Amino acid sequence: MTGPLLDIRRLSTHYVSARGTRVTRAVDDVTLSLDQGQTLGIVGESGSGKTTLALTLLRMLPPAARIVSGEMLFEGSDLIKKPENEMRRIRGKRIAMILQDPMMSLNPLFTVGDQVAEPIRVHEGTPRRSAWKRATELLKAVRIAAPETRVGEYPHQLSGGMRQRIVGAIAISCEPRILIADEPTTSLDVTIQAQYLNLLRDLQRSHNLALIFITHNLGIVAKMCDQVAVMYAGRMVEAGPVKQIYNAPAHPYTRALLESIPRLGDNRQRLTAIDGQPPDPSAPPPGCAFHPRCPKVMDRCRSEAPPEFRVTDTQTSRCWLSAPAAR
Amino acid sequence: MAGPVLEAKNLVKHFPVKRGLLSREVAVVRAVDDISFSIDPGKTLGVVGESGCGKTTTAKMVLMLERPTGGIMRFEGQDLQALDGGSLRAYRRSVQAVFQDPYASLNPRMRVGSIIVEPLVTNESLASAEVRKRLLRLLDLVGLPERAADLFPHEFSGGQRQRIAIARALSLSPKVIVLDEPVSALDVSIRAQILNLLRDLQAQLGVSYLFIAHDLAAVAHMSHTIAVMYLGKIVEIGPAEIVAKSPKHPYTQALFSAALPSHPDERRDEIILAGEVPSPLAPPAGCRFHPRCPHALPRCSSEEPKLLSESGRLVACHLYPK
Repeated sequence: MTGPLLDIRRLSTHYVSARGTRVTRAVDDVTLSLDQGQTLGIVGESGSGKTTLALTLLRMLPPAARIVSGEMLFEGSDLIKKPENEMRRIRGKRIAMILQDPMMSLNPLFTVGDQVAEPIRVHEGTPRRSAWKRATELLKAVRIAAPETRVGEYPHQLSGGMRQRIVGAIAISCEPRILIADEPTTSLDVTIQAQYLNLLRDLQRSHNLALIFITHNLGIVAKMCDQVAVMYAGRMVEAGPVKQIYNAPAHPYTRALLESIPRLGDNRQRLTAIDGQPPDPSAPPPGCAFHPRCPKVMDRCRSEAPPEFRVTDTQTSRCWLSAPAAR
Repeated sequence: MAGPVLEAKNLVKHFPVKRGLLSREVAVVRAVDDISFSIDPGKTLGVVGESGCGKTTTAKMVLMLERPTGGIMRFEGQDLQALDGGSLRAYRRSVQAVFQDPYASLNPRMRVGSIIVEPLVTNESLASAEVRKRLLRLLDLVGLPERAADLFPHEFSGGQRQRIAIARALSLSPKVIVLDEPVSALDVSIRAQILNLLRDLQAQLGVSYLFIAHDLAAVAHMSHTIAVMYLGKIVEIGPAEIVAKSPKHPYTQALFSAALPSHPDERRDEIILAGEVPSPLAPPAGCRFHPRCPHALPRCSSEEPKLLSESGRLVACHLYPK
């Protein structure tokens, strides 16, 4: 196949209030692409639109949301134009998702086996008995000890780390092409988080998955991702290969974010903090949304929102400092 | 005063598990099992460990929200068990807390000004002009504008709410503040602001912190001393730079190696622990870490290691002394 596995072009998703008077641009003019087997990190703070972007991909948006423009090409065809019944065959089969809280995403009334086997039965029409057999194998694949007994247990009998691995097993049960993980490890302990991230990486390699990590944790991106997209107030302010961006961030927000994190082994007395608060997504500041907090703000930033500039062949930045004339 | 402001010796907290009509005691959760630590004036003790290791129970005992089952806790040399009435109230004034979630820890029906001065009003009889003066000073200390006093908590963002909670904790000029995950509920770009504020306040006011967090880099950044807990025990304790740079206990090593890198080129020799933390209801015999330990020796399953001095810190592990 030529072209990327997923190609998002100028996508905008807005939330419209009940009377249609207030519009929140949760995702605004986002362009990005993802190849097979690649890992993309979408980084942003709360309200930056990263979760809305993921929900848009699966078309699982709440009723108030509208996809107002753009294209989402998955294996060459536009997901936005697909009718709902076709979309249903993609969700969970071709594109799967892992949510943040494993307690909320498992049904307490069904056994682990039923829940892992469900997508296999629904999407592939496999009979119950053989779907359960597949479920047991999947539990083994996500490294659950004694899968033959665990498959008949209920979620409350398992620990948090195990539950999250079960959610992972459900997500890969139909061999998807893309796996979206929305803050998959925030509720896990440090050593369990390390186990889980390594498991995801192994699954990705063995199934040639494309992974999308939605996170606020720059450490996860540094550890796991090849590509990163930084979101701020609904816009993708910087994107490119992880190493390039961590070495030479072009956007002041990315730079400030990287500098504000305490690191093991550095002896700085003070962290470089970013002043102010992230903006209210329903009323972002005019011009560049980051300008009230930006250490390098110019007059132009207050009135005019910067378009996407190419910093290098692979790196883009929405900042007037990255404009060809300014460089 | 020269000695530590807070000192714990062989502190124990067991929770009985009761069953049945007669509430028979069927088991005991050893939440905190024989730990000792001390905090010097103006210093920070960081406690790290995974869920169930006993760090929150330790914090609750420091706050006197839980009574220890055994052991001694001293505040400025005074045994806490011996406190009563007035001296107990004095102790509670000297030890304050800031919690994880500033959305839950502030009363939504009270104005910010009343929230901050509530401890002052209940504990000291002050004229209202004096209260106002102190309020303005507290707002200034934590970097909030004067007009914040007349607003309600919902009008503030997470970071500002955490500032309000810090101002409230400071209102009685405490000696010790317990910080239980004070930044983990905040946005990434806000965390550095709050960590800087806490360090500035410590330098300015000489207050001591008991800092509990799971973000190892933040604990290493904030603390003078780090204590690593596993299943109710301190497995390693010592000066922050020493413990963070060259951890000795296999659990500490695994914990720090599992911490996320700050740069994609940073590659650590990761030690991935097998399995999960066992239940504190039935902790393993001997060293509690031995079933998951990559270096376990035969004696680890029977003999409990003592905390012994090893290259500048204390470690409880049979691998040492070498």
